[in-house]
Amino acid sequence: MSRMKRIYDWFEQRLQIEGPVREAVLHKVPRNTASWWYVFGSAAFTLLILQVVTGILLALVYVPSAAQAWESLNVLNHQIPLGWFLRAVHAWGSNFMVAVVFIHMAQVFLFGAYKFPRELTWTVGVFLLLLTLGMAFSGQVLRFDQDAYWGLGIGVFIMARVPLIGGQLVHLLLGGPIIAGATLSRFFTLHVFIIPGTLLFLAAVHIWMVLKLGVNEWPMPGRVVHRETYIAEYNKLAHDDGIPFVPGAFWKDLVFSGAVLAAVFVCALVLGPSGPGGQPDPSIIQTVPKPDFPFLWIYSVLSFLPPSLETPFILIAPIAMIAGLLAVPFVASEGEKSWHRRPVAVLALTTVAVAWAVFTHLGMYTPWSPHMNAWSGDPIPVRYLREATPLVRQGAVIFESKQCRNCHQIGGHGGERGPALDDIATRMTPDQMRFKVVTGGGNMPAFGKNLSPPEIEALVAFLETLHPANEPPAADAAQRAIETGGGAPPPVGGHSY
Amino acid sequence: MNPDERSDNPEKASTGPEAGAAREQASERDGPAAVSRRWLLLKAGIALNGLVGVAMAIPIIRYLLWPVRKDAAYNSWVSLGRTSEFPVGETRLANFRTPWTRPWDGQTDHVPCYVRREGSAQFTVFAINCAHLGCPVRWFPQSQLFMCPCHGGVYYADGSRASGPPERGLFTYPHRITGGNLEIDAGQMPTLSNTAKLTNIATPGEEEGCSCRG
Ligand code: FES
Repeated sequence: MSRMKRIYDWFEQRLQIEGPVREAVLHKVPRNTASWWYVFGSAAFTLLILQVVTGILLALVYVPSAAQAWESLNVLNHQIPLGWFLRAVHAWGSNFMVAVVFIHMAQVFLFGAYKFPRELTWTVGVFLLLLTLGMAFSGQVLRFDQDAYWGLGIGVFIMARVPLIGGQLVHLLLGGPIIAGATLSRFFTLHVFIIPGTLLFLAAVHIWMVLKLGVNEWPMPGRVVHRETYIAEYNKLAHDDGIPFVPGAFWKDLVFSGAVLAAVFVCALVLGPSGPGGQPDPSIIQTVPKPDFPFLWIYSVLSFLPPSLETPFILIAPIAMIAGLLAVPFVASEGEKSWHRRPVAVLALTTVAVAWAVFTHLGMYTPWSPHMNAWSGDPIPVRYLREATPLVRQGAVIFESKQCRNCHQIGGHGGERGPALDDIATRMTPDQMRFKVVTGGGNMPAFGKNLSPPEIEALVAFLETLHPANEPPAADAAQRAIETGGGAPPPVGGHSY
Repeated sequence: MNPDERSDNPEKASTGPEAGAAREQASERDGPAAVSRRWLLLKAGIALNGLVGVAMAIPIIRYLLWPVRKDAAYNSWVSLGRTSEFPVGETRLANFRTPWTRPWDGQTDHVPCYVRREGSAQFTVFAINCAHLGCPVRWFPQSQLFMCPCHGGVYYADGSRASGPPERGLFTYPHRITGGNLEIDAGQMPTLSNTAKLTNIATPGEEEGCSCRG
């Protein structure tokens, strides 16, 4: 007996682990589950381990103190050799993990894998998703910079809307009256102990159930799940047309996990760590806070809600979404698994995916946010002011100095909160402009109190010139009729409103 | 289950061909259905641990709930400086140190707010936080508007809502003037659920002086 074998036996005699491992490794899975579609779960777990390892390494240096966290991150970035790289791997690992977990969930949903007897696996998976998002959010707070500060502020304001106990919840969340040292300690505890501990435990439960219940078979149209017969059918399938999990299916898991890790490293190398951004000093208000990628869609949704829906939506929507996810396997625990026979499921998934993509995309360039510096930074294009009368020029100055530009684009620059004004004169008559400027309406504040009548006249004179050369400005038909001597019918096809 | 078997002493038969049967008897006697001293003792053990657990949970919950306190425990009057620092008719950014701090709070206890002085003794002090979701609003004196960088909330000079997602105007702090100093009652992040909610947003006519703490 070789020396290695003797050592192995010495341990095996005490650990007795060979049996269970062999069983797990060699258990048969239906042949066609050895597919590239089935690799996301294991990749998510690999990323979790990567996050644990890099997280521990970062914790060697990071200081969870409101006074020093930001500096310690800068030390990591700039003074400790390859500290930036570890931060980058941790940040990109987080992005990838959120993405892979979502893809895994979408795939499981599409393949009907949550049906009997795997309902609980799905339920645990929903909590794993929530915990992953919890990690992403608390991680963003630990990157204690301006975005973290104000992003957490948004969380606080959402909490505060809970009826009756909102105030108490805020105190609990912050560990005090404001975002400060106690808050960071709390989020450190959440991010480093509570959430990852729960995450690892639930991931173990999740994987245990996958091993016990078997990998979901490839859905076939017509192969319907019945509670009474499914287990026997599955066992027969795995037995008759099955292959041992290792190596048949597992090699793809390994290759994909390796590829994902490589992608994380490449992103980290090329794109670097995220932040830290500005100092976490609330008195520095020249900031445009923005959440991390996984939460951009929430940021967008929050800016589109009408004020009256705000509180009900913020409070009900998350609960409804989570309840909906948890209900999935209990509403549809039997029946067809194939997407060919589940149009509602496919439609629901597509809708969610498209909505998510649209909102995330909007969240990336935030058309609803005023451009705070546009009024002083973006000049009026010269072509709009050539041959302009003094009054028109004065109007252009007022347009800039009254910050109209922060919300309205001209010449492709400026905010996008309101419409671009390059051809406003074709859409509004001078009277309509005057009315809108003075009284506001919709998303436009009223400027009546801030502009003197001459200023309004100048501004409108400027706006009146904003129309393409070949398109006449809009005119009030009645007025035109009076001006042209009365009685004349309004010109057909004019831009009168 | 045979009561005679149950009374057998399993130790007697722990070896030999009858060992299997004896073990079975023993396990029957220890099965959950049986009433025995061992089961009673086990239950006693569980009860003891439950009791100790509850006894420990009380201080732990008390410890965890520590930050949940009355507003008065966090708030107090802080000075924003001499009233003369705020010109009449203007809105200025001011900073104060929040009253409730820890040594490791760093810069986070430097809280900004806007002071609007309408007349020699008429002030309104606005929170920096947008009433929508708390982002820091910026004051633009030229257009007399507060604009929020987050979701495009806009407020007029008097703090009332002009446009965007906020459902209400800016939060205000209760204020007073003592010995030429402008003081505000501050200490918490103003949100829809603490005292800020009770504060009337002054329309230009009926300004401040409200007993905002209800
Ligand atoms: S936080 Fe100001 S508009 Fe949303």
